[in-house]
Amino acid sequence: MTTSTHRTAEEIGRTERGPRPLPPLGEQRAATGLSTSDTLLSNGLRVIVVRQASVPMVELRLRIPFAGTDLMHAARAEVLASTLLTGTARRDRVQVDTELALVGGELDASVDPEHLSVGGNALSSGLDTLLEVLADALTSASYGDDEVRREQERLVERIAMAKSQPNVIARQALQKHRYGDHPATREMPEAEDVAKVTAPDVRALHQASVLPRGSVLVLVGDVELDSAVAQLESSLAAWSSADTAVALPDLPAVEGGDLLFVPRAGAVQSQLRLTAEAILRTDPRYPALQLANLAFGGFFSSRLVENVREDKGYTYHARSHLEFSPSGATLLIDTDTASDVTASALMEIRYELAKICLTPPSESEVDTVRQYAIGQLLTATASQGGLASQLVALASQGLGVDWLVEHPGRLQAVTAEEIAAAALDFFAPSRWTGVIVGDPAQLKSLDVLGGVKQ
Amino acid sequence: MAAPDLHTFTLSNGLRVVLAPDTTSPVVGVSVHYDVGFRSEPEGRTGFAHLFEHLMFQGSESLEKLAHFRHVQSSGGTFNGSTHPDYTDYFEVLPSAALERALFLEADRMRAPKLTQENLRNQIDVVKEEIRLNVLNRPYGGFPWILLPPVLYQTFPNAHNGYGDFTDLEQASLEDCAAFFDTYYAPGNAVLTVAGDFVVEHARELIERHFGDVPARVTPQRPSFAEPRPQGELRGEHQDPHAPLPAIAVGYRMPDPIGELDAYLAHLVLASVLSEGDGSRLQQRLVHKEALVTDINAGAGLFGPFEARDPDTFSVTAMYSPEISADRVLGALDEELDLLAATPPSEQELAKVTARWVSGLHKEHDRLVSRTLSLGSFNLLYGDPALIYQLPERIAGVTPQDVSAAAKLLRPDSRAVLTVSPAGGAQ
Repeated sequence: MTTSTHRTAEEIGRTERGPRPLPPLGEQRAATGLSTSDTLLSNGLRVIVVRQASVPMVELRLRIPFAGTDLMHAARAEVLASTLLTGTARRDRVQVDTELALVGGELDASVDPEHLSVGGNALSSGLDTLLEVLADALTSASYGDDEVRREQERLVERIAMAKSQPNVIARQALQKHRYGDHPATREMPEAEDVAKVTAPDVRALHQASVLPRGSVLVLVGDVELDSAVAQLESSLAAWSSADTAVALPDLPAVEGGDLLFVPRAGAVQSQLRLTAEAILRTDPRYPALQLANLAFGGFFSSRLVENVREDKGYTYHARSHLEFSPSGATLLIDTDTASDVTASALMEIRYELAKICLTPPSESEVDTVRQYAIGQLLTATASQGGLASQLVALASQGLGVDWLVEHPGRLQAVTAEEIAAAALDFFAPSRWTGVIVGDPAQLKSLDVLGGVKQ
Repeated sequence: MAAPDLHTFTLSNGLRVVLAPDTTSPVVGVSVHYDVGFRSEPEGRTGFAHLFEHLMFQGSESLEKLAHFRHVQSSGGTFNGSTHPDYTDYFEVLPSAALERALFLEADRMRAPKLTQENLRNQIDVVKEEIRLNVLNRPYGGFPWILLPPVLYQTFPNAHNGYGDFTDLEQASLEDCAAFFDTYYAPGNAVLTVAGDFVVEHARELIERHFGDVPARVTPQRPSFAEPRPQGELRGEHQDPHAPLPAIAVGYRMPDPIGELDAYLAHLVLASVLSEGDGSRLQQRLVHKEALVTDINAGAGLFGPFEARDPDTFSVTAMYSPEISADRVLGALDEELDLLAATPPSEQELAKVTARWVSGLHKEHDRLVSRTLSLGSFNLLYGDPALIYQLPERIAGVTPQDVSAAAKLLRPDSRAVLTVSPAGGAQ
């Protein structure tokens, strides 16, 4: 490989002194307390402000419950999110971008079946501008005919693009499989529905559903709490309504059963997506479930990853994680594998599900996942953006900074027995269902395993 | 922007060290950058630098397979590695109590990685799955980073696929691994960076303790990857079985990122003027006014700026409707470049770029992982980690005339044009 002489692999892996012991952990300094404010503005908007002055920036996250049962809701909502920041009575699209850019800022809107989200940031000296542009869009977004038409065209093309991605195909199939035609399944509208949306439809949706009451805004950064809250109050006072933002209807509980096979001819890889019903963060069993999930497949040093990736080489990526809605939570397992090992990968996943019930996490596994979960809270919330995102996710569940601050203590207190009980309660193979997307011509061996229907 | 507290020094074995203490949060980042990337892999071994990166996680003299991951994660930390054109980086971000552990883990694999046949076979399988996931089984896989270089460049180092062909990957041997490690993974060919919550003197002592006895080895002569600029417009076409829409990538050569930094920065500013935000030139005209493309992006470096030495690539990529021709998109791009070449951009356009750079830099600095990695890569490529903090000023110093001059260099008669055509079969 190179011209120089070199040692053999065996010589490289050995030194005269031999293996050395792993150094112990040092003393951990606690994070400095957060200075925060959690209050309701007079328009009913909940605002959480955290002073974290690590850099002279401010991060903003706004989440508005934005569900709808109308079959056209997803299409209208998607067009609304794409055009919310493209012009108001006072600013056109280019002015919005210019004003934000001059304070080093940005704002983006996105939507899912549960929320309309607006996220962004700016230099903290530009907080005024950031809030002014946001308030302007919330109170007088104009949804001009031209902007709506152009964004519709782009959306139609983007949807075509997204729907050619195996990950999206698998997600849509999974949602349909577990929730039928519940509004939660409409994560991406149909292109033909998007094409039917009109500018008046979008304006009406804004009027009816872009509402402060029931929504939450998180601000994290180099700000003074009192003046930031006052600034929010005055900037957003004109955004008001007596109505409350629309929450997603409760989801039915996921029931275990056969996996659904979804054919995708010519695919070189299959998507496995498995799911089971779980619990919210407010449930007393949650910390135990969080740790049981980590041990199962929630991080790299988990049983699932060590088995299917590091031992078998079936996949590059495998994980299990929790997904939350206002009414409940589910567990998800996802991995993508080459066609010829798809059935084997499914067999190993089922094996690991059964195994964690029968052979719960050992003392050293418990120790590892506990330290990992506590450490992750520390590293994930060390940046303004990370903390803001974490807080807005918690706030959507009615939780706040307190929950975050107290969570390491809860993780510390969980016992191995509680984790074993959570594993048994939530990972039993019969509780799971899901989908497999792949090339039917190469996946005949799935029939051998059973529990997969066409 | 003022540089934070930075300390640099070199151990007797040649290992360069950057320390960036900052006690805002009780977390610490550790990274090691090795001065070898996929441009250095030999013919017949495409993808080897990346495959070797995977092997560096598979154990070392003091650490069994899987131990690296377990030790980082049981300390509450995260880890990763990535292979770039000119370097390969490895990092951990952890609660600060685990600083010595992270140093130990990095030192152990720098001193004596355990390279075995079994792990090599296993990681070849894993890497093939990674390539299926990111390239073969998805629309626009490898666009443009794998597809554009073979059109723009003529020589193997610059033109080949850094992810690798399956046949090459399968032929990788333990002998290749040993040769690659001994040649490129010498301490004198690496930079160690520690950023975050620690005391400088203590960190120095720990670094000496763990890395001090990694034996010095000869460091390789860094090759030049220079090649002449294209003499004309080079065209390539790629059939993508999964893509629903046509796409285009236009590649240009750029000034030397190291030797001609100010000219390189002018190209970065040009890229922002062209495509950053709704007010940028190409967004306004191609996406909104004329509705030629769904999305368009211009940028320096196929993975972002400051990732590579010379030669580096300036690219413009777009996805567009099948009713539009590639030449129409190219024609509009050329008109916008001609316009900028003839009439420099306004002061306000540049003020926008500068302000977004400043805030981008703050955000990057606030994320410990990106701060650690940038300090390491700037030390490796530029010999000066503090340069990062001078960038806003250097970028603010770019004049409208400089941007105009950069636009003038992006000429139709010296570029590569790659078109991606949907080839059906997608569902």
